Amino acid sequence: MVLIYVDQADGHIKKSGLEALTYGAALAIQMGVPAEAILLGTTTENLALLGSYGISKVHHAGSESLNTMDAQVYAKVISEAATKTGATVIIFSHNPTGKAVSSRVSAALKAGLVAGAVALPDTSNGFSVKKSVFSGKAFAHIAIQSGVKVISINPNSFYIKADAAGTATVETFVPTAQNAKITVTAVNKVTGEVPLTEAEIVVSGGRGLKGPENWGIVEDLAKVLHAATACSRPVADAHWRPHHEHVGQTGFQVAPNLYFAIGISGAIQHLAGVNRSKTIVVINKDAEAPFFKAADYGIVGDAFEVVPKLTAAIKQLKGIN
Amino acid sequence: MKILVCISKTPDTTSRIAFKDNNTGFDDAGVQWIINPYDEWYALVRAIELKEKDPTAVLHLITVGGADTEPIIRKALALGGDEAIRVNSSADDSFNISSQIATIARSGAYDLIFTGKETIDYNASSVGGMVAELLDMPFVSLATKFDLVGNTATISREIEGGEEVCEVSLPVVVSCQKGVAEQRIPNMRGIMASRTKPLKVVEPIAVDNLTAVVSYELPPAKSGVKLIDADNVAELVRLLNEEAKAI
Repeated sequence: MVLIYVDQADGHIKKSGLEALTYGAALAIQMGVPAEAILLGTTTENLALLGSYGISKVHHAGSESLNTMDAQVYAKVISEAATKTGATVIIFSHNPTGKAVSSRVSAALKAGLVAGAVALPDTSNGFSVKKSVFSGKAFAHIAIQSGVKVISINPNSFYIKADAAGTATVETFVPTAQNAKITVTAVNKVTGEVPLTEAEIVVSGGRGLKGPENWGIVEDLAKVLHAATACSRPVADAHWRPHHEHVGQTGFQVAPNLYFAIGISGAIQHLAGVNRSKTIVVINKDAEAPFFKAADYGIVGDAFEVVPKLTAAIKQLKGIN
Repeated sequence: MKILVCISKTPDTTSRIAFKDNNTGFDDAGVQWIINPYDEWYALVRAIELKEKDPTAVLHLITVGGADTEPIIRKALALGGDEAIRVNSSADDSFNISSQIATIARSGAYDLIFTGKETIDYNASSVGGMVAELLDMPFVSLATKFDLVGNTATISREIEGGEEVCEVSLPVVVSCQKGVAEQRIPNMRGIMASRTKPLKVVEPIAVDNLTAVVSYELPPAKSGVKLIDADNVAELVRLLNEEAKAI
């Protein structure tokens, strides 16, 4: 059986959780085994409806104490469920929760882990999984040699599919009582904006924009595309934009469908954070900017002229006034 | 207080990535090796700051690797730390590496174990969690801030779309990223001192690898950028809509 951990926040299933469901259900079909899900903490979702992603059963450990992500507790609950249900493959998203918990479950069950998978496993001869390595500059095929296997999948690598017929059986799962050692005292979430690592489209600005007062054109473009805004390291270091917008080797690594780089030269450290994007558009007045070599589409021109025109043209396409 | 910082050797960020032996091995010809930036800039520097604040603290560094990792661990000792431990084993499976580290950590009774948030070569982000699990310690991952008062750590960690602040009592394993500390450059005194600091070599325990690399591949080369005239922005919108199907 394939067991999928479905990550949620504030009672709502995250996009990355739905990606994991889709991936796990497809793997279960490939292996000819059932797919089941596990969800921790209280939820506002109708869990039976998760059947549409292709799973037959949802194990819900719905205790309020599980609303705080303590990796030690989460790993114990998920490992216990995996052992009780006889899971042979356990799927996570490679998001903050998945990174912390999948590694612990792997060690607890001595189940080999491939972290950051970008494709379904090759099960034709053994069990190997393709993952991104060298910060997006290459891929590796990793064989898992243990009986039980753990995979975490890169966010935005799989399209969510919810076209299966039927509903899932929902079962309450009561784990052995655990004492959380971590207390969360404050949550600071960016509200009203699209979270950067979940965004389908990212609009990113660099030093070419000359100062924080000029970010209006970036924000306007992001707004019409329902995109997240991001920036390069020099921009974050100069405090023109908050650090949580910094993408690159030392900032966030993103993999949206579409990435706009406006006034960013494209240093190798920046590319390491964005080179898994499906389509890259570069707007830069310097035709020699290295970013053009990594781009799919480019405009050599002044961002202050090009970007407002681009926003207007997209509004026209989408029929927004 | 005893602090252990896990140090990994990685190719420099700007290295050209190539493979050999029919794409089954990493081609390290001409590759410059560095301390994994997350281990160096954030985990190690924050540990050094804690020791500067509390001179009674003991700071040990650990790496798992062959003799060729010694220049890297010496470089780390030049920044700070009392001594280093090298487990003499090839570092090619996260669970094996973590088991080696956990064995040393258990016998050393460390209060605080720091790792970087991931290595820049395998990007797995898994050793911290595995070490914590093997030691049955709490694990706070992707830390952006770390403060310690007495026995209680206050840590900010990344969550999707923001951060949360959490509190935990020692012992704890923490994976560190940007925000936890600022990069430092080793000074001449540190470099001189690092040459005489103890570097213990320990033989590994027997652990079965759970994973193995089958092969590598490079992504398909970009077909080249399509340049659109700055006066014809509508054409870019058409291409993004019809060709890339991205908007």
